[in-house]
Amino acid sequence: MFPTPVQKSSPAVRVGYQAFLPLALFLWLLPLIAVMIFSIKPDVDFTTGNYWGWPSSFEGFTNYGLVFFESAMPRYLLNSVLITVPTVIGTVALACMTGFALGVYKFKGNLLIFFMFIAGNFVPFQILMVPVRDLTVDMGLYNTKTGLVLFHIAFQTGFATLFMRNFIRALPFPLIEAARVEGVAEWRIFVYVVLPLMKPAIAAMAVLIFTFIWNDYFWAVVLTQGPESQPVTAGITSFNAQYRAAYHLMSAGSIVAALPPVLMFFLMQKHFIAGLTLGAVK
Amino acid sequence: MTISADSYSQTPRGWYKRNEIAITPWLFLAPGVLFFVVYVIAPIWQSFGMSLYDWNGLGDIDTNGTYVGLENYNKLFGLNGERADRNFQISLWNNLKWLVLYLLAIPLGLFIALFLNQSVRGIRLYKSLFFFPFVISQVVVGLVFSWFYLPNNGLFTIMTGWFGFEISGGVLGNPNTATYGIIAAGLWPQTAYCMILYLTGLNAVDPEQVEAARLDGAKGRKMLWYVILPQLKPATFIAFVVTIIGALRSFDLVSIMTGGGPFGSTRVLSYYVFEKSLSERGLQYGYAAAVAVVLFMIMLVFISYFLWSMYKDERGARS
Amino acid sequence: MRSILKTSFAAFVAAGIAASAMQANAQTLSGDLVIFSDMSNPAPRAVMEGMVERFGEMHPDLNIELTVIDREAYKTQIRNFLTANAPDVANWYAANRMLPYVEAGLFEDVSDIWEGAMSEELASTKGALTVGDAQYGVPYTYYQWGVYYRKDLFDQFGLTEPTTWEEELANCQTLLDNGIKCYTIGTKFLWTAGGWFDYLNMRTNGYDFHARLTNGEESWTSDEVRATFANWRQLIDMGAFIDDHQNYSWQEALPFMVNGEAASYLMGNFAVAPLREAGLTDEQIDFYQFVEITPGIPKGEDAPTDTFHIPSGAQNKEAAREFLRFVVSAENQTLINNGANLGQLPVNALSSVDDDKFLQQGFEMLSSGAPGGIAQFFDRDAPAEMAAAGMEGFQEFMVFPDNLDDILERLEATRQDVY
Repeated sequence: MFPTPVQKSSPAVRVGYQAFLPLALFLWLLPLIAVMIFSIKPDVDFTTGNYWGWPSSFEGFTNYGLVFFESAMPRYLLNSVLITVPTVIGTVALACMTGFALGVYKFKGNLLIFFMFIAGNFVPFQILMVPVRDLTVDMGLYNTKTGLVLFHIAFQTGFATLFMRNFIRALPFPLIEAARVEGVAEWRIFVYVVLPLMKPAIAAMAVLIFTFIWNDYFWAVVLTQGPESQPVTAGITSFNAQYRAAYHLMSAGSIVAALPPVLMFFLMQKHFIAGLTLGAVK
Repeated sequence: MTISADSYSQTPRGWYKRNEIAITPWLFLAPGVLFFVVYVIAPIWQSFGMSLYDWNGLGDIDTNGTYVGLENYNKLFGLNGERADRNFQISLWNNLKWLVLYLLAIPLGLFIALFLNQSVRGIRLYKSLFFFPFVISQVVVGLVFSWFYLPNNGLFTIMTGWFGFEISGGVLGNPNTATYGIIAAGLWPQTAYCMILYLTGLNAVDPEQVEAARLDGAKGRKMLWYVILPQLKPATFIAFVVTIIGALRSFDLVSIMTGGGPFGSTRVLSYYVFEKSLSERGLQYGYAAAVAVVLFMIMLVFISYFLWSMYKDERGARS
Repeated sequence: MRSILKTSFAAFVAAGIAASAMQANAQTLSGDLVIFSDMSNPAPRAVMEGMVERFGEMHPDLNIELTVIDREAYKTQIRNFLTANAPDVANWYAANRMLPYVEAGLFEDVSDIWEGAMSEELASTKGALTVGDAQYGVPYTYYQWGVYYRKDLFDQFGLTEPTTWEEELANCQTLLDNGIKCYTIGTKFLWTAGGWFDYLNMRTNGYDFHARLTNGEESWTSDEVRATFANWRQLIDMGAFIDDHQNYSWQEALPFMVNGEAASYLMGNFAVAPLREAGLTDEQIDFYQFVEITPGIPKGEDAPTDTFHIPSGAQNKEAAREFLRFVVSAENQTLINNGANLGQLPVNALSSVDDDKFLQQGFEMLSSGAPGGIAQFFDRDAPAEMAAAGMEGFQEFMVFPDNLDDILERLEATRQDVY
């Protein structure tokens, strides 16, 4: 193990390390801790200049109450769910299929299509921006959740295909061979042999895409506007416009917006990290 | 797993059945490829086409736009007697700063990963909490950091004040510091990402090699450089790729924290494209498309590098 | 913020009524009337819904569909809906802001509405809605710009409303000596600096020069423009503006005035509402017209006009025209602009103005105190690209006045490109 485990070091180092850990964490998360404290502060703390001190009174309930009951926040949150969940399902479905096709079959153009997906995945958003927006307008889907979902599915399929294909590659091929020898139809091999083995990959993909899409801001701005279809990332900025300089409310709103992916991460940590670190270990 | 296939093997083999193995992949690929071509590949070509027009985004490009050839590019680069676009140069320059400084996320991530790669009580929780910033939306990160940087009341401003240091106009209000302020905000989640990549990589480091090197007297920095880092190469590669892409995609933070200001000094290419087309005063779609094409070309260098190394891997895997 | 208010009265139409409608005049309207509006803030929204309701009562056979879109989002969305699914009536702004749409053939020529009496009644804004010889929309409201100031602070230091540049500077010096900034401003979103430029330039060089400049007919490196910036620089060098203004939006700059750290604000009349909400009483805030700088030059004023238009792709243009006539009528304009509604100024000369002291002063100022002419605002008078570059330059100048030469050369280069 590297670096040398602290257990093997002198007691001073060991204690020092244990003591330094929480301090380092505190410094690292200082921005987050600040927002949390902001979100329970009363308005007057900001007019009197007490930005970073202890809250002069606890207004957590008032602030979060306002966010939940008197702003469009719940609506934005619902939109985010209605955009994120279908995208995750759609992307995983498409990517399982493309990953299967590219991972199992040898055919001309296999690598070419695979590389197309990878390359497309790294393309700067801005080169797609206007054409995608026009396409969405032409389909009558501008400012709808559907329009946003369709694009997200298409774009995320690139990344997800890379992931799924590599995962399927690593599966034991003889299993598929054996099924073929028995004359099993190819689509049945997909459904009954490959899919069950892909569960961990699907889980990893799902949490990862959930987080990506939940946190998307750019496409939300380009393809939607207004509380009827915008997700929470874009909603927060209009929330800003409404409560300009009301740091306590904006903080409460930000925390609410950030919570779902954070929960997702904690609940599905193993899958999340497996998805992110794909390829980091050989 | 048992699969009954009797019913299939008996039936007369039709055309599909005979060509099943050749056709199936295409059937499976069809929906994904269709989506991808319509939403990703085709728009790239459309943007290339659009960049050859003078078009204000109103009406149809063929009727309301004018074909101008490479005129937009001439304006960008100051070719053919045009004056070079200063805002484009600022954006390009800032993109370069992003590219270079964003890469700091890699050593920083490695540093934190090394720091956390211990097995003391509760270390798992520490690791996940350290990873936290990556899970949060850039919008929130941008907001929080802009409060940090507020003139007078920002924590950062107060803290630099202790050292008798004052940035006139505030970090984000001063054109000499604003871009660095935004990059610092971006480094926070990006470092967390690199950290997790390295933590996973460190887990897979071969303990025997480490022990052997220890017996040979390798320690500390030497050990890291000659024994550990070579084994972390795959992690470094991925970290490099995601960091470069992140640097070139730096739209959200710029948009939230400064909106390109003060006086346009924090523009980056991705923001400039948006500004020239979809923003309130942007009515130069053709020109914006030309900027997008330039950004795409820069990205293409990295994409090619990435694909090339993947291609080498693929070849290696086959032989 | 989109809501669809369907007012459907056309469910049953007796045969007799239908028959009489055949020979009736344009007064009997039927079919659908689709309206897209950007009046999304609470008060304007209620006004818009009220207008639809009253118009609907006048035309029971008409089925009106109102869609209210967030004001900021509307600014970019209009490009899409004018071509993709045009409504019958749409909100927008006058002058250069509507020009690209007129040039792209997306707005209908509505000169017929401007014929006859209306031409007189709406005379003050006719120029702002004219392209070539035709009019492409109608105004429904406008508001004054000027200096809103803390009267209590002025009283405290024995200051009175200035009328000349010397008085303005002297007042400012007194305030600064007492540790109070003269002006609050938030230039993060640039346009607030545009207001300062408009006034300084109109007062230094006159309305006509300003109009030619925003129209691309004057050079940005001219002596006239330099004189404007020299006057501006006097204030900057005194330290008249609050520090770090490039970090703030216009709303974030309000607390400086509310807390008494700054004494005045060059702003549109919409600043009054948040100042009152923040707890300032009408005894504490007052208004004066931007002072004279070059003696004898007729004063011009900024008064941005908000408008209604008929997209070329509208389906029910007959009903749309009738709605526009209804909007500009003196009676309607009096009602929608009163203090309980928009709290702004009616454009129709026959309307009456609300009793609110700021509206009264504004009306007085615009109708008799602005012989020079009425400008829309820098970012509505100048084309988009020029406006963007210009306001960015103004912000830079306010932070680094020494960069002036460089800034003006850039603006001149932009002018060469744009026009």
